[in-house]
Amino acid sequence: MKPSRLTLCGNWILERFPLTNLWNEHMAHYYAPKNFNFWYFFGSLALLVLVNQFLTGILLTMNYKPDAKLAFDSVEYIMRDVNWGWLVRYMHSTGASAFFIVVYLHMFRGLLYGSFKHPRELIWIFGMLLFVALMAEAFMGYLLPWGQMSYWGAQVIISLFSAIPVVGDELSLWVRGDYVVSDATLNRFFAFHVIAVPLVLVLLVFLHIVALHEVGSNNPDGLDLKKIKQTGRRKSDEEEEEKILRGNNPDLKIMDSIPFHPYYTVKDLVGVAVFLLFFATVIFFMPEMGGYFLEHANFIPADPMKTPEHIAPVWYFTPFYAILRAIPDKFAGVIGMGGAIVVLFLLPWLDRSKVRSIRYRGGIYKKALLLFVISFLALGYLGTQPATPTATTFARIFTVIYFGFFLLMPLYTRWEKSKPLPKHLTYQPSLEERLPALIDTFHEVTVLKQVQLQDGTVVNKRRPNARGILNVITRLAIKLKKSLD
Amino acid sequence: MNTEGVDKSKRQFLTSALTVVGAVGTGYLAVPFLAQMQPSVKAMAAGAPVEVDISKMEAGQLIRVAWRGKPVWILNRTPEVLETLKTLGPQLRDPLSKESIQPAESANAERSIKPEIFVAVGLCTHLGCSPTFRPEVAPPDLGDNWKGGFFCPCHGSWFDLAGRVYSGVPAPTNLEIPPYRYVTDTQLIIGEDLQQEKGA
Repeated sequence: MKPSRLTLCGNWILERFPLTNLWNEHMAHYYAPKNFNFWYFFGSLALLVLVNQFLTGILLTMNYKPDAKLAFDSVEYIMRDVNWGWLVRYMHSTGASAFFIVVYLHMFRGLLYGSFKHPRELIWIFGMLLFVALMAEAFMGYLLPWGQMSYWGAQVIISLFSAIPVVGDELSLWVRGDYVVSDATLNRFFAFHVIAVPLVLVLLVFLHIVALHEVGSNNPDGLDLKKIKQTGRRKSDEEEEEKILRGNNPDLKIMDSIPFHPYYTVKDLVGVAVFLLFFATVIFFMPEMGGYFLEHANFIPADPMKTPEHIAPVWYFTPFYAILRAIPDKFAGVIGMGGAIVVLFLLPWLDRSKVRSIRYRGGIYKKALLLFVISFLALGYLGTQPATPTATTFARIFTVIYFGFFLLMPLYTRWEKSKPLPKHLTYQPSLEERLPALIDTFHEVTVLKQVQLQDGTVVNKRRPNARGILNVITRLAIKLKKSLD
Repeated sequence: MNTEGVDKSKRQFLTSALTVVGAVGTGYLAVPFLAQMQPSVKAMAAGAPVEVDISKMEAGQLIRVAWRGKPVWILNRTPEVLETLKTLGPQLRDPLSKESIQPAESANAERSIKPEIFVAVGLCTHLGCSPTFRPEVAPPDLGDNWKGGFFCPCHGSWFDLAGRVYSGVPAPTNLEIPPYRYVTDTQLIIGEDLQQEKGA
């Protein structure tokens, strides 16, 4: 049979470009652990949001004017007069917040399952660099609408540099390009936001994924997955140990793993659909998110004479902002704020635990992580609130817990008693399989009672059952306590 | 064709020389690239002195003027305020303004040329927010220790009505006092270099 023109065309490309190899290496023959759960959606979602930011961002630059006199009005012009401009702008502004939600959850997954531990330290480092670049991107983008919060937020963050001894003042002057935040600052932030930082982001995403695919994905059990014979015939462990081979041997596959495509591309599509449902709801019904995604004061044009009564950064910076505010010394405050991010970079070397996943760690890490999450959320809340003396006291307590989690980690992870690891990936029942148990619980907490209606008929109605509720709460409390041991 | 072996030391020398020349060239190129981001000549030229008429100011009133793009405050302080200022010393970080920026004429207890008229750059010495003018004593949100002053909403720094910073807040020094002088009793010039004026 003669090959079709299309095939010939395809062959012409494949002889000149390793398309099949690339596809196989990173999709069809990239084996990922078979027990990925909910927490594994957020990597691909971050990529989706990045694409969203690129597309909407390009459209916005077509009408936005990076000029202190024109910027605020050009954003209003986009919102009111440009066809579908409001949609594109809200997709971009909501996308910024969505990016941080997704990335924070992605990072938390790392904390849960020890994805930053050996041999994935470099993936974590690239990821942290991505996080820092993302913060820079978001910060510079926030200046562009040239509202009150844009202006004073930039003023504060650039002044952070001035706290550095000796070179600080010169450095902040160099960053601003003027003695105050001005047109020069706006213009250069536009350049960074639109060209420089996005290029860095793309490069870092590339490095993050290449590093990931070199060592393979972690899994919720935090197990090292060995390469085994494709036939599925399981040999004794010693034999398996010998059979660990490197390279692309088609006879070998990674145990307990499935190809990324089609299994995880399809799974991620479900995540994308659910994510878009939430994303669209925010865009169409609450684009300002009550002042958290777009702050109210930013609908007033920048006024260099007057700081708004209450100034707070956008929600994703507030935990670090609260730390800055909590420390009653300028330089120490800046060090504390920077340190809160630097300490995350060091995580792979602070954690001395022998196991990766929280499922097999001792209780002390679980409790420490719980405290850390509480302090991170509390700092995030306090950062949005005015700096009253009570709030500052609380912020100080939570700052201590935040740093305690990291700096005491070498001690408490060394002492912790980890549980024995299974030989293979474990299986968690899905929601569907848990449904009968949930129905049983429902029956337990309710009771059928005969109720006489007003017209005299007697019907059976479900009423809460006090004893049943008590039993369920007790069981849950015991389970919760056990899960923390 | 050359049949002699490779002269490794010559090759090494050429590689090193090229590296050095390349590094120096990159260094030279970095200078204009980095200097390009410094304030331009135009930005440096802006910043002419500002004249302010204070004849219509009432007691306790604060007015704001722009100087070099920064807010400058002129506050007409009442005698009660000046009395209160004398009692605050122990709560302040730098009560005598030894580590803070002000012209020599204002380096006194009231931090001003005339005690009642207070002039300051309205930017917090912490991270550059413009503090809020809160002249009232002991408002509910700031507590009983508040004797009237400037409160920075960004990071909670406290200043008294002489721009002196309280201890235990993020701001390191007192508010900056700009160079200024009286043309007449009711006319101020802010931002004129006093030394130049004397020399001329």
